[in-house]
Amino acid sequence: MTPGPGRRLIPAYLVTGGRSTPSGPALDRLAVLLRTDAELPPGAGTEQRRLCGLLDPGALTVVECAAHLELPVSATVFLATDLVASGHLRARPPIPRAGEIDRSLVERLLVGLRSLH
Amino acid sequence: MDSVPSTDRGGIGYLPSAAETLMKLVVTGPFGVGKTTLIRTLSEIETLHTEEAMTQAGEGLDDTAGLPEKTTTTVAVDFGRLTVQDDLVLYMFGTPGQERFLPLWEDIARGALGALVMVDTRRLEDSFAVMDMVEEQGLPYAVAVNRFPDAPAHPDEVLRKHLDLDPATPLVQCDARERRGSIDALIALAEHALTRLPAPQEAS
Repeated sequence: MTPGPGRRLIPAYLVTGGRSTPSGPALDRLAVLLRTDAELPPGAGTEQRRLCGLLDPGALTVVECAAHLELPVSATVFLATDLVASGHLRARPPIPRAGEIDRSLVERLLVGLRSLH
Repeated sequence: MDSVPSTDRGGIGYLPSAAETLMKLVVTGPFGVGKTTLIRTLSEIETLHTEEAMTQAGEGLDDTAGLPEKTTTTVAVDFGRLTVQDDLVLYMFGTPGQERFLPLWEDIARGALGALVMVDTRRLEDSFAVMDMVEEQGLPYAVAVNRFPDAPAHPDEVLRKHLDLDPATPLVQCDARERRGSIDALIALAEHALTRLPAPQEAS
């Protein structure tokens, strides 16, 4: 799939301020991000504002935010991690975490898929 | 209804608050085999994509030919989302099956239920490397033969033989544009993944 003639990707270093590691544990691409009530400070960056604005109406996973903002997943993880640390976002790890798929979960998935027929 | 993702002004498709459990699977296969088509058929949101940077030596990358010492390229990863039960949402990531995308592949496949390897009967051999890679990852997989209208039809047994499939590996023939058959492919993968999980434990 080819993206349309939209915005150009923003170099990741502009989002991360040149850092190579985020300010907290790395978020999974399926971590769910939610906006808190905390107001962004006047000096907040454009990308911080875009991410918070996107999440104002509802929750999305990291990878969905990356797609909507046209940012690399790694840069979105940086942004989100900082905004979680500053209290502007909440992050919920995906359930199950990686490697925790069990039988009951797959059985529920199968019941659901069969009902979609 | 809570189970229906809210339609919002930008058509973003926010997650319903009931969606507590998020699972994922990988849809893979050679270029043009129908990965995005299948995801689009099943996804309840408009198919999205991210651009993922690949950093590696430029050797063998035909798309960087002529660019000296090019070490970074980007690849688009398409994905979609399917609410399977009110609280259970399945994400499907379309990932190219080339060896050179292995780091990206591993990142996306971590924690995944399994992989759906898509096959075009007119170029079965294009899927061999993909199947090898998935097997090396130890990820449960099922083969989905995308029935292109102008592709010759073959019985399952013939395809299994040509693909040298393990008898336990499911093979499903479907049209990636049709929902029912595409769901059947997911069911085959989930059933197979279930057989690979430890048997239920006795109460201890």
